[in-house]
Amino acid sequence: MTTHALPTPQDTVVARPAANYLTNGFGLKSWLLTVDHKRIAILYLISITTMFFLGGFFALLIRLELLTPPGDLMEAEMYNRMFTMHGIIMIFFFLIPSIPAVLGNFLVPMMIGARDLAFPRINLLSWYVYVVGGIFTLSAVVFGGVDTGWTFYTPFSTTYSNSNVALTAVGVFITGFSSILTGLNFIVTVHKMRAPGMTWFRLPLFIWAHYATSLIMVLGTPVLAISIVLVAADRLFQIGVFNPAMGGDPLLFQHLFWFYSHPAVYIMILPAMGVMSELVTCFSRKRIFGYTFVAFSSLAIAVYGFLVWGHHMFTSGQSIYAGLLFSVLSFLVAIPSAIKVFNWSATMYKGSISYDTPMLYAFGFIGLFTIGGLTGLFLAATSIDVHVHDTYFVVAHFHYIMVGGAIMGYLGGIHFWWPKITGRLYPEAWGRFAMLLIFAGFNLTFFPQFVLGYLGMPRRYHAYPPEFQVLNVMSTAGASILGLGYLIPMIYFVWSLRHGELAGPNPWRAKGLEWTTPSPPPTQNFDVTPIVTEEAYSYSKEEPEVVGGKHSASASLR
Amino acid sequence: MQSNKRGMFDNFPLFPPEASTLAGEVDLLFFFLIAVAMFFIVLIFLMVTIFAIRYRRRSSDEIPTQNLGSLKLELIWSVVPLLIAMVIFGWSANLYFKMARVPDNAMDIYVVGKQWMWKFQHPEGNREINELHVPTGRPVRLTMTSEDTIHSMYVPAFRMKQDVLPGRYQTTWFQATKPGTYHLFCAEYCGTQHSGMVGSVVVMEPRDYEAWLAGDTSGGSMASRGEKLFNQLGCVTCHLPDGSGRCPTLVNVFGRPVQLITGEQVVADEAYIRESILRPNAKLVSAYQPIMPTYQGQVSEEGILQLIAYVKSLAPAGQTGQTQGTAPGGVASPGNMGTAPGPAPALPANRSNQ
Amino acid sequence: MSEASTRLAHHFDDLKQQKEATTLGMWTFLITEILFFGGLFAGYAEYRSRFPEAFAHGSHHLDIVLGTINTAVLITSSLTMAMGVHAAQLGRRKKTTVFLLLTIVFGLVFLGIKAVEYWHKYEEGLIPGAGFGLQGEDRQQMLFFAFYFLMTGMHALHMVIGVGIVGIIAFFAWRGRYTPDYYGPVEVTGLYWHFVDIVWIFLFPLLYLIGRH
Repeated sequence: MTTHALPTPQDTVVARPAANYLTNGFGLKSWLLTVDHKRIAILYLISITTMFFLGGFFALLIRLELLTPPGDLMEAEMYNRMFTMHGIIMIFFFLIPSIPAVLGNFLVPMMIGARDLAFPRINLLSWYVYVVGGIFTLSAVVFGGVDTGWTFYTPFSTTYSNSNVALTAVGVFITGFSSILTGLNFIVTVHKMRAPGMTWFRLPLFIWAHYATSLIMVLGTPVLAISIVLVAADRLFQIGVFNPAMGGDPLLFQHLFWFYSHPAVYIMILPAMGVMSELVTCFSRKRIFGYTFVAFSSLAIAVYGFLVWGHHMFTSGQSIYAGLLFSVLSFLVAIPSAIKVFNWSATMYKGSISYDTPMLYAFGFIGLFTIGGLTGLFLAATSIDVHVHDTYFVVAHFHYIMVGGAIMGYLGGIHFWWPKITGRLYPEAWGRFAMLLIFAGFNLTFFPQFVLGYLGMPRRYHAYPPEFQVLNVMSTAGASILGLGYLIPMIYFVWSLRHGELAGPNPWRAKGLEWTTPSPPPTQNFDVTPIVTEEAYSYSKEEPEVVGGKHSASASLR
Repeated sequence: MQSNKRGMFDNFPLFPPEASTLAGEVDLLFFFLIAVAMFFIVLIFLMVTIFAIRYRRRSSDEIPTQNLGSLKLELIWSVVPLLIAMVIFGWSANLYFKMARVPDNAMDIYVVGKQWMWKFQHPEGNREINELHVPTGRPVRLTMTSEDTIHSMYVPAFRMKQDVLPGRYQTTWFQATKPGTYHLFCAEYCGTQHSGMVGSVVVMEPRDYEAWLAGDTSGGSMASRGEKLFNQLGCVTCHLPDGSGRCPTLVNVFGRPVQLITGEQVVADEAYIRESILRPNAKLVSAYQPIMPTYQGQVSEEGILQLIAYVKSLAPAGQTGQTQGTAPGGVASPGNMGTAPGPAPALPANRSNQ
Repeated sequence: MSEASTRLAHHFDDLKQQKEATTLGMWTFLITEILFFGGLFAGYAEYRSRFPEAFAHGSHHLDIVLGTINTAVLITSSLTMAMGVHAAQLGRRKKTTVFLLLTIVFGLVFLGIKAVEYWHKYEEGLIPGAGFGLQGEDRQQMLFFAFYFLMTGMHALHMVIGVGIVGIIAFFAWRGRYTPDYYGPVEVTGLYWHFVDIVWIFLFPLLYLIGRH
């Protein structure tokens, strides 16, 4: 075993650098007019966390209502608005931005050795667009909400709903542009701003994942935008595009909507997979097993993801041959995800595994994403899907992937890079405790829903037959634990900003350019553009020269 | 509304009843998928747990031997899941074809969904709301449409679901096997009372079903109602039976090809009849003038279905394999001579309307 | 040289990197626009294949003369735009400004003619919605007009934005901001303008020329 193979342990660097991106200007204006990708990431962090708790609040009300079979907590119309707002907020205002807008914005330039993203002002614009879209949507909430389901199916949304459809549609339309601008920024950045020596195949897999995600963002989101324009136009002006009485076709909306919204789920999971590659390599101290396969499977998922939208429409009335085509493609899209899970597991083989909180989240992700992904096979099988479509089976499936997968990936990443972002360590014991609580609460919430779904309980039901109650009660109990689990990190992260132990440049002794900078990094990330000479995650190589680290003047230690 | 004061655990099913011919096949595929899923879940779980324990970090400076990859392994764990997936796909596709192909000897039931109820019409004339009586042992073809939004007719016990769309007909089928009362749900969100758009499917032995059918003496069969509408709406003035009117005769039209003015040929099925009533110039029959007015707004979806039943009754041989009550007022039934009906299955109160 | 180097943004290493990034950024954005209009084209394709006659009749209501003039105007504006980019490349300040201003003029002519066409449709009662004038079987044409207004309206919105951007670039050009070393903004504006032109090249036959031989 080589002795100089790991980055320097952090105990030789204990002071927080005096000049960093957080201290570079104080006051609201310096934040609201910043073009520093790291500050923009923080702005996003605050916004999406707020939205997460709002969406979670709606989830809490839903689960409370579902404790008992009759609809006795709230009126049916109110309940319908609850699940709609829960879905819209969680998907468009939390999950889709989450990892890319927070971790991606912060880390993409650093990981490739750049001083910022290609278009810093467009980055700031994307945040303002998100905020404006959020204001429109939140005002729809304030004015009574919308009750179409996040899927806005026509002709209910265009003709029959009595809620704020157009206002919400405008909000979602605007927010979509935030996504497009972020994706555009990442694509150009990865193509044009890599440091010397950072070839495509030396990039961290986090970058590959974000690149693939960005492809989906720029190609898919515009189609959602136009679907929403059509819904708003049909609703406001009765132009008949989706109204059968005028010759319109409600199914056209479903095709246009799902053409985006299926790839959207890959926007939500691919970044988490990128985080996974970073966590598993660091906490196994190994290079990733099968780098090329993992990198290309990200691209494969992005491409395939555009070909399977019809699997949301097996019972809709589309032709059975279309259904079969979408079915076989949906099976194929599972393969690259399986490849990744196997590669992460193989990376752990004969590794040196530590149980820090980020790694616990990685374990959780692997388990829960595997379950969620495998239940996708059930849904890809048309003859099973006929039975479980629009039931709690689907609800359980997507929550396993989006909460058990994506949110765990997000939290794992936040924990991992928290020291880099803030210069502080979070309390490790609380971190592990919260993760276990989240894991337990999550499974108790969503596993019973698979059973409920196969039993036949439809989704979006305000009241249900009494024999479904036990499983619903289990689910609500789990949700309370899950909610508590999410609150704990909120508390200790805020606590750590003042009282957390100071982190050095590299508390995890990880490889990656971001770990060669001080914590928190200086505004320009690197004083001298790094020159990359080694492969990603090369844990057996000589310690790379620390640029802008303890040896550099900009670190200003004490 | 709840009359049962029993505890939560008194009825705690974990699996739906199997009450149709295909339910068992769906469940078999489902269990196979569970087995496949369990295999991979256990495999991954064991691998990760064993690795996490066996290879846990023992000293803070240790660096393990690196292993960059193995093409062989990559191929194995790509190809094997792919093959398994294709087996699942093939099995599922085969079953799906069975679900999609309506058997030849199916009896018809007509379904109209609207916010927030299900309306059923039997050809013999029986009409039901939110409750559907069917016999065991015969395939039942459902021809369905919606009056407003998209709904979805879902009977978990039959593993059957089909979206119901406004402006068009959707067809699905099932064959019930076990008498009993089973949940009927709307499974496509349709507005305020979506979770109230529920009911039951009451499956009866064939003789009980015949007795039930005969018990409804109101109104006459669908075809006879359709004939009444045909006269009331004035269709009869142009569509003379002998073809001497300004419009084509409708005798022996249903189920047969029709030559259109554009040169193409279409089969005169339910959808064609419906379209011709609501948008007559969409598919003009060749050699006839476009003089038929539209009846949009003048006839309900149920009325259209009755008119279709009437037109069907004018072409008894044109219906592919339908042998049920086509003659007005008649009930074709296998050998039933009005024996006393069996005890009616226990019908839970319609629990859903708030 | 210092004039140009002040145009170098802090996060880029050199002007070449900056220009490449800017150009790639605009191409990526244009691809999103293709997908955006693509959704409308997909809807148009479905409904036209379902209601070929209604679409043909609707198309005959459109003013083919004005449409053809507009096509010529827009193509000419692309010509002046390209010449403006070329002039910027050569560092010809006055020529750049003049060509960009001409482009704006043609763009405004296009929009003006479009406004006239829309006004005519309004007078004929062909705006889709509650006030749609055609009844009976002809009412089917409302779908055609829905797509006509959505597609040309979306296109016109892009034209308005384009005119605004060209205006800003023209102003900067007049102030001497662009040199042979730094003309990226003019070039990517040109890309955008050409794209909007190409969208019209597709819209024109699809909307105005159905069934006309």
